[in-house]
Amino acid sequence: MAEIKLDNVCVEAGGARLLHNASASFRPGELIALIGPNGAGKTTLLKCALALMAPSAGTVTLNGRAIADFSPIERARLVSYLPQSRPLAWPVRVRDVVALGRYAYGASTTKLKGEDATAVTEVMRDCDLNHLADRRTDTLSGGELARVHCARAFAAKAPLLIADEPVASLDPSHQFQIMALIRAYVDNGGGAVVVLHDIALAARFADRLIWMKDGEINANGAPDETLTAARMKQIFAVSAMVAKDQNGWSLTVTGRSA
Amino acid sequence: MKDRALIPLLSAIALAAIIAACLIGSTPMSPGRLLAALTGAGGAGDAIVLWEIRLPRAIAAFVVGAALGLCGAALQGLLRNPLAEPGVLGVSACASLGATLALFYGAAALSPITVPVAAISGALAATALLAIAAIHTSSVVTLILIGFGLSSFAGALMALLLNLAPNPFTLSDLISWTLGSVASRSFDDILLAAPFMIVGLVFIVLSRRALSALSLGEEAAHGLGVDLPRARGFVILGTGLITGAAVSIAGAIGFIGIMAPHLVRPLVGYDPARVLAPSAILGGVILVLADIGVRLIPAPAELRLGVVAALIGAPAFVWIAIGRGRTHG
Repeated sequence: MAEIKLDNVCVEAGGARLLHNASASFRPGELIALIGPNGAGKTTLLKCALALMAPSAGTVTLNGRAIADFSPIERARLVSYLPQSRPLAWPVRVRDVVALGRYAYGASTTKLKGEDATAVTEVMRDCDLNHLADRRTDTLSGGELARVHCARAFAAKAPLLIADEPVASLDPSHQFQIMALIRAYVDNGGGAVVVLHDIALAARFADRLIWMKDGEINANGAPDETLTAARMKQIFAVSAMVAKDQNGWSLTVTGRSA
Repeated sequence: MKDRALIPLLSAIALAAIIAACLIGSTPMSPGRLLAALTGAGGAGDAIVLWEIRLPRAIAAFVVGAALGLCGAALQGLLRNPLAEPGVLGVSACASLGATLALFYGAAALSPITVPVAAISGALAATALLAIAAIHTSSVVTLILIGFGLSSFAGALMALLLNLAPNPFTLSDLISWTLGSVASRSFDDILLAAPFMIVGLVFIVLSRRALSALSLGEEAAHGLGVDLPRARGFVILGTGLITGAAVSIAGAIGFIGIMAPHLVRPLVGYDPARVLAPSAILGGVILVLADIGVRLIPAPAELRLGVVAALIGAPAFVWIAIGRGRTHG
């Protein structure tokens, strides 16, 4: 069990208010989608949760202990992170990238054995990467690369996963594939917080939506409770038609609201 | 796996290169005479040529090349930039400056160890500054800029010293230090540098997993559990110690630290941890071969190793960079 709790977290940088009194908790068994316009503070919130950024006020705890007090290894064993920008400095082989997910357990890319090897083999299979194992990452398509990064994040077998825009710039089919992988991770006992820009996709896969705007959490609840045309207007300043039927949520943005 | 065979293969090539360096010279030595000199069965002249001149020189070339190859690979992994090497962070320049200062003020005459100690001090001063900067900044670009400033400043001070050199003898001394050479190095020179290199090596070996993780960028590496300030500090300290020690043996020699990792990288799947050891061995091989070249090329004065290394290294580097530009767009 692992639980991240943010309590009235504020972040200010250069006089700008990036995050204001944000409170939320992330735990296994739940897929949470973090949604809101660009600059709403979603990434800042995640960075605070990962001790990548120190809040100017408020507290962030992991299992009741301040997140900043965790050693990087201890934290990484509990929380896995898939950042928004994923620059690959070298065209490393697919299997080696996935193996890096075992870093917190002392695994090295050069010698992978025991539990580490098992974990890597498992996630490679789950993410359909076996046939790509020896490929250079610079020869992969966008969809394949996204699966590699996901597999890397899953390989840590951490109880919590934080993913910042895991489906950005993917075609609809690959978006569904990645979200299905994250959903399966949660159904198998993990907990995930995912930043998404596709609201319909978020509503379809997430248990809970956290709506953010201007550094504040505006709403936090199940799609059924929080996804409304009024909310879309309030958060994104768009007029939208929201509907749910047996096929799931559908959402049509009809224009910018006045 | 290809990379399993790489290290033994390179080691065999290194051994062959060092043996060749002992055989070849102004008076060629036959393998039989070399074996006799090695076992102490040969003539006194051969023994002196082997133990006092050729073997120390070949080993010095190998050690310096290995040091530079390793440091280049480690810094490239840390900074995620294939152009990084000790020169980029100003460590070589500060080490040379230390050595030059000792020569300029005549401290070199006091004891043979003054110059090496001064070079290592220069490198350590530079790495201490970089280590402090590394703890306070998370930006690699800032670190490169600090290195660039250090390098320029050390270069300016060197130029000033050359400018003020009291007599032509000192000037030629200073120049030979700046151009780099392993001629007339003894085992003592190598032994003096060895402890610093070993400590530096430990720091780099401890950071190798972090270097692999850094392939994914600093944010992802943090997420994986990498202690970034520690990793930066270790790599910078390690490369500082090793580079300072290498400069103390041979002066400033460029391009090995860029060339060796570039050649090795595709053979080991581009993994920064796997690049380290083969880069070191290949760096050593390149410098031993370059030094054989230095001794064979007929010239009015013996060519400087640093000059020859740059003459091979620079075009090779440009060629590699063009190839890289093509594949990486």
